[in-house]
Amino acid sequence: MKDGNAAAGLTRRQRYEAAQRKRSILIAAASTLLVGLAIFILVPLTPGWDRVKRSFFDIDTLVETFPRLLDAFTINVMIFLWSAPAIAILGLLIALARDTRSPALFPLRIFGAAFTDVFRGIPVILTVYLIGFGIPGLGLPRPWNSPYIWGSLALILTYSAYVAEIFRSGIDSVHHSQRSAALSLGLTERQVTRYVVLPQAIRNVVPAQMNMLIALQKDVSLLSFIGPVEIFRQAGVFKSLLANFTPYVGAAIIFLMVTIPATRYADYLMAKQRQERR
Amino acid sequence: MKKMVYLTTGLMVTASSAMAAGHCAAGLTLEEGQLTIATGNPAYYPWVLDDDPESGEGFEAAVAYAIAGEMGFADEDVVWVRSSFDEAIQPGAKNFDFNMQQYSITPERDEVVDFSLPYYTAPMAVLVSPGAVDTEPTLEALKTLKWGAVGTTTAVPKLENVIQPENDPLLYGDNADVNAAMSANQIDAALFDLPTALFLSAVMIEGSAVIGQFASDESDNPDQFGLLMEDGNPLKACVDEAITSLTESGELAAIEAQWLQDATGVPVIE
Repeated sequence: MKDGNAAAGLTRRQRYEAAQRKRSILIAAASTLLVGLAIFILVPLTPGWDRVKRSFFDIDTLVETFPRLLDAFTINVMIFLWSAPAIAILGLLIALARDTRSPALFPLRIFGAAFTDVFRGIPVILTVYLIGFGIPGLGLPRPWNSPYIWGSLALILTYSAYVAEIFRSGIDSVHHSQRSAALSLGLTERQVTRYVVLPQAIRNVVPAQMNMLIALQKDVSLLSFIGPVEIFRQAGVFKSLLANFTPYVGAAIIFLMVTIPATRYADYLMAKQRQERR
Repeated sequence: MKKMVYLTTGLMVTASSAMAAGHCAAGLTLEEGQLTIATGNPAYYPWVLDDDPESGEGFEAAVAYAIAGEMGFADEDVVWVRSSFDEAIQPGAKNFDFNMQQYSITPERDEVVDFSLPYYTAPMAVLVSPGAVDTEPTLEALKTLKWGAVGTTTAVPKLENVIQPENDPLLYGDNADVNAAMSANQIDAALFDLPTALFLSAVMIEGSAVIGQFASDESDNPDQFGLLMEDGNPLKACVDEAITSLTESGELAAIEAQWLQDATGVPVIE
């Protein structure tokens, strides 16, 4: 309820609430300030601070290495850009495979279940190693043995297993009465899935899938183990040559520049969805 | 009086254990009377045989025991620990007196940690896959290969500054991964220190070959291996003294001849 008549002044209740709000803002500001001061004053007082600062927060090293790190980050972006759509497509296909109802398609269901079990169960880095070195080791000619191809495939397989599960939860979230209603209107199974279930299912899981994108964005760095000189490896090279961990901090900053806006956007989508459901 | 007793017993102990080069290490090691040495995990051939530094077999293991001996430690007083490069350079106290795993001495690293005098000068060498063994050992020919290297080594700047390959090199975490990539034919050539390259070609990758080495006295950063110590470690003087004496007595050269293959047959890249 809004108070339409501003000229009439605030009611006692509103005045009280405003005072309470002001009070809580002040308390929040004061405690934040205190914590901030404690960190800024106490941490530099610790005996090892000078050495930690030199090893992790050396401005000169940061300035010197940042452009190369940014350059290497383009490789991360590239791998991300071609992996993400492939993951979305494969994930959806696996989810649909697990969701088939016809008895004749039972093998497809088994396959879907086995796929998600296996690839969700193995650490990404192991999959990257096994596929990234293993398949090219079979004797593929160049350029088909490139670590970019097989490393990306490892990411795609692992992530589509997760993404498939999220899609499946989305499909389950569509009430089965909708399916029955659509069938009673004379739509075929295929049409029901295509026009009734999937549009709602996908909408429902968009925020959850955003989180997968953010995770993928970071896990692209695991490809560095099989050769590509992306940002994590480049930072590691600088770390070894300069005996200083600051390049890692630089890499973290670059990651945050991408992931913080993405996380905020995912939060926004989730909040919006909550509002719509209310 | 009490002080006097301590002093004399202290002197007696050091005098008895330090037959060789005095007692310059007294009171300066992590554990009194013990020398704690770190090596890699795993430690690679030919630097340490069978990943077993306690045996004293392999070049670095043998040098470690020789240095310990010079510093007045008996073999059984040497304690081995394992460490990664990152542990060695992280700020704070270390769990070793010195760390020995083919650390190239560079001015940048020297600002953060201390290095001993060099105990070995390692030329960089080119290991090529079976498919590229006919490559001429010239910079011109090397440029056209697909390169790999271990990302934490000084091979990376060497690649970038000297060889300048046409394709971006691929970099790996350790020797084993470079092997895997070469076996999978993802790279044609890799840059290692010469002893490592010779070992890999002889034992690990069938059909591969070491086609050339860079002169070790090249003006741009000759690769010298030093013992890595915590910045400002007072033990450095003692370690340096031991290395100097080993070098002058020819013992270091003898150990090198025993454990590292003769590499005079590898052509020098012009």
